[in-house]
Amino acid sequence: MNFGTLFSLAMRALIRNKSRSLLTMLGVIIGVAAVIVTVAIGAGARVSVQRQIQSLGSNLLIVIPGSVTQTGARTGNGAASTLTPDDGLAIAKLPGVAAVSPTVTVRTQVVAGGNNWQTTVTGVAPTYTFVRSWPTQSGTMFAQSDVASASKVAVLGTTVVQNLFPDGSDPIGQTILIRNVPFTVVGVLQSKGQTGMGQDQDDTVLIPYTSALDRLTGGTTVNSLLISVADANSTDTVQNEITQLLEQRHRIVPPQQDDFNIRNLQDIADAASSTSAILELLLASVAAVSLIVGGIGIMNIMLVSVTERTREIGIRMAVGARSAVILRQFLVEAVVLATSGGLIGVLTGTMLTIAAAAIGRWPMIVDPSSIVLAVLFSALVGIFFGYYPARRAASLNPIEALRFE
Amino acid sequence: MSAVVQVEGLRKVYQLEQAVVALAGVDLRVEEGEFVAVMGPSGSGKSTFMHIVGMLDRPTAGRYLFNGREVAALSPDELADLRSRSLGFVFQAYNLLPRTSALENVELPMIYAGVPERERKEAALAAMETVGVAHLRGHMPNQLSGGQQQRIAIARALVNHPSLMLADEPTGALDTKTSQDVMELLTRLNQERGITILLVTHEPDVAAYARRIVTFRDGRIESDRPTRDALGLVQS
Repeated sequence: MNFGTLFSLAMRALIRNKSRSLLTMLGVIIGVAAVIVTVAIGAGARVSVQRQIQSLGSNLLIVIPGSVTQTGARTGNGAASTLTPDDGLAIAKLPGVAAVSPTVTVRTQVVAGGNNWQTTVTGVAPTYTFVRSWPTQSGTMFAQSDVASASKVAVLGTTVVQNLFPDGSDPIGQTILIRNVPFTVVGVLQSKGQTGMGQDQDDTVLIPYTSALDRLTGGTTVNSLLISVADANSTDTVQNEITQLLEQRHRIVPPQQDDFNIRNLQDIADAASSTSAILELLLASVAAVSLIVGGIGIMNIMLVSVTERTREIGIRMAVGARSAVILRQFLVEAVVLATSGGLIGVLTGTMLTIAAAAIGRWPMIVDPSSIVLAVLFSALVGIFFGYYPARRAASLNPIEALRFE
Repeated sequence: MSAVVQVEGLRKVYQLEQAVVALAGVDLRVEEGEFVAVMGPSGSGKSTFMHIVGMLDRPTAGRYLFNGREVAALSPDELADLRSRSLGFVFQAYNLLPRTSALENVELPMIYAGVPERERKEAALAAMETVGVAHLRGHMPNQLSGGQQQRIAIARALVNHPSLMLADEPTGALDTKTSQDVMELLTRLNQERGITILLVTHEPDVAAYARRIVTFRDGRIESDRPTRDALGLVQS
């Protein structure tokens, strides 16, 4: 008997019981749709984490001050005032370092005309735009000469522009007051969106770090040094060199603890992607369980169907069906149920993913390989869970089957 | 020349809680073109005999030659193939596939015999024409009367031009008038087409359509006579 005939036998049997066939498929449909959606969410999460990490800057190393001990209580990292702009200049001279920018962060109110806005004012070097891969959309970044003369110039993030100039007027050339000190706006940064933590990166004002030290903090130390490494592969080497350089400059000898910390963005990226990989695996395994439950549903219904169709099987055997043909017919029925359930599940899952991606701003990526895998897996589920009922059908005794009421 | 059916010393013992002897040694020859009725009370072994002749069951002992072939030597698959190509079954309960059109029901044996679809449809229609139910081809069994269903079942038994048609109480579920129609149809098939028919019944007026009556009792053949003699015996 050729496959076409077998297939049409199976299809006719399934069509004879449309509603039962559909209900049987439902388990696989839900299972496969769940696999598609969860894998899409997982892949979307991974991509968005990678994007956010990339948006921090290229090959970024961040040096922050270490902790200090005050009257026995140790503060957290970043509390010590040990990093200076000169440290930054020294690091910039290291081979393998493309650019360095210090940051001096002050949270304060800025005023323009009748509008005011609480924002983060960051004192940086002109290299900041390069280090953070964050160019201006209009105007220009201030220059090294502005740093040298501690000029009162500012570059605004788009959120600040929206809040200080709500009428849409061009901020460039205008004056804003930062703690009552007038600064001239020379540029506007491109919009960079949120960080992975949901922080609005565009809610910022950049000024020369010298101006920030002189006019806002009144100190000499910086909050961090951002370092762009020339070659991503040499990040570890450069990190070691910076450690040695800073230990030397800060006169730290073992067993004394470093008064600074170096954060490597690659480490953060790796941790984040391994977290999302675990998440993905978890989601996929939950989905796989539901697919297996769907398969058991198929087995259950097929077993019921074999009992219910005992007489039919007897008739088929009496008119000359070999038991292998009966087995194959029931197996094909199970595989058709599972596979078409799988295909409908893929469609449903893809549509759900597209809908969810459109509603939420979460990116979702439907991976073609997950579609192929889901359909293949559901066919396997059909074979695996269809075999036992099919065996039962094929091993029926024709005389007893014919007598079955 | 070999007979269509030739059995020698056929025995069938069921091993239940104690051994039940269904057939205790049966010898019978059915030649091509014969119309034989098998009679006997319930439990006389006539159904078991039918199942063995129909290759749905195997004997415990004895020989069974079908068209000269030793049936005991055949594999289950070869038996299935013989059933689809050389045997036609008609049952008391019609045994049509539910929710399947009359035409598809008639096609069924040819599907398992591997006949191509076109040929299958033509042969099925021809068989339905022969028994006068071609106009019912699209109907489902539950839309048909008992007589119509039995005619479709006969068309199904006929469709592969079998060497032997086995009819197990074909009129058991039918009223008198319909029974007569069905028996006339079987008689016509036997006379006009030369189809060998083995009929199981316990009704003398049904058996009367056959040309030879074999009576079973307690797993043995009690009598084997031409119809006229046999019925005379019953009536006396």
